[in-house]
Amino acid sequence: MSLARPVKITVNGTLYERVVEPRLLLVDFLRHTLGLTGTHVGCEHGVCGACTVIVDSDSMRACLLFAVQLDGCHVETVEGLGSLKVLSALQEAFHEHHALQCGFCTPGMLMTTVDLLRKRPLASDAEIRDGLSGNLCRCTGYQHIVDAVRAVVAKQRETDA
Amino acid sequence: MKPPPFDYQRADSVEMAVAALARAGSDAKIIAGGQSLVPMLNFRLLRPSLLIDINRIAGLSFIEDDGDGLRIGALARHRHLEVSPLIARFFPGVAEAMSHVAHLAIRNRGTIGGSLSHADPAAELPMLAMLLDAELVIASPRGRRTAQAGTFFLGALTTDLAEDELLTEVRLPKLPAGSGWGFAEVARRHGDFALAAVAATLSCDGDGAVATARIAMTGVGDTPLRAREAEALLLGRAVGPSGLAAVAEAVRTAAAPATDLHASADYRRHLVSVLAQRAVAAAWQRAQEASP
Repeated sequence: MSLARPVKITVNGTLYERVVEPRLLLVDFLRHTLGLTGTHVGCEHGVCGACTVIVDSDSMRACLLFAVQLDGCHVETVEGLGSLKVLSALQEAFHEHHALQCGFCTPGMLMTTVDLLRKRPLASDAEIRDGLSGNLCRCTGYQHIVDAVRAVVAKQRETDA
Repeated sequence: MKPPPFDYQRADSVEMAVAALARAGSDAKIIAGGQSLVPMLNFRLLRPSLLIDINRIAGLSFIEDDGDGLRIGALARHRHLEVSPLIARFFPGVAEAMSHVAHLAIRNRGTIGGSLSHADPAAELPMLAMLLDAELVIASPRGRRTAQAGTFFLGALTTDLAEDELLTEVRLPKLPAGSGWGFAEVARRHGDFALAAVAATLSCDGDGAVATARIAMTGVGDTPLRAREAEALLLGRAVGPSGLAAVAEAVRTAAAPATDLHASADYRRHLVSVLAQRAVAAAWQRAQEASP
């Protein structure tokens, strides 16, 4: 008996129609079914934050959602931020401030920050640290990541002034 | 790891969800936010044959004022509780406690109904439900019933819910006017489950004495606990150093913590007695500020 069923999920503006087994995690749907390997899989129990994506405007763990649940939903992943040639302002700031070393946590860090800054464009240092507290990085010691986000906030503040 | 195979059914109404539960028997699980359930599936600690998804049931994520209390739909997310103006106004301690629940991406998805039904013995929401004498509306194919939070939690990950029952709504009766609240928690890292946490609410009478007192704790037993003896000790007088010391001792005695790899029972007993003093002192401070 096949348990699989059809879903329509929009990822970074493109509608994908696929047939999925109910147990297929969103992160595996993105990586294996769609070939979008920018979203990383770390702990598979919601602790590390590497798989964080945005679902219908809120950041969520892609390892704690099933693709079958998201029929009709909009998902944003790191592939939607910038291109290899033209980075987004946030990606540029990460590059500028050495906010990554091995890069494994970076897609989750970026998508968490995108959600944070959309809701709090002028996030305080405390809000930045609290916002990123659910994403583990084993390389940077976090300071450079906070610096990068802080730089984006500072630029926004200048624009507002 | 990846979850074992299961079938999936999306419920579009409470009636549909409980009918599906009744049909499937003990082999089915409800999935709400899934922030505790999916890790258990990924670890293969659970092997349900069917997941019944209630996320698309319309009208189950409300937070409403009914005059004497707030009614909260089972699908209200932790994040909704954290930022709701009604929660901030009537239960600011709940909003503060939510910032201790995991992290933003988890709070965006996790639900109040899921947290209470899951009944983790170190979670914040079950403790707050005990503290606030929450009334729980539960649906089944037989209709609806109301349960009291005080008798809902039976053990670790075990509640009064029958196999075909679904928690649909949580009602929090409003506190007496001039109530103050306090919340204190220690976890290994911010966002981790509590090693121990205490929540308290006190109100002050016209003579500057404690009129009502409630203290609840989590992480120190199989279920969240009310510290009834400590509550009784506080009544009828102002809260001072000797009162706090008595609360600490009563809470230490009432706690029934276990030793695990995160902390010893002795350490948890110590923590809960210190946290109770902090939570009660904060609640008293706020109650005095709020009293006319």
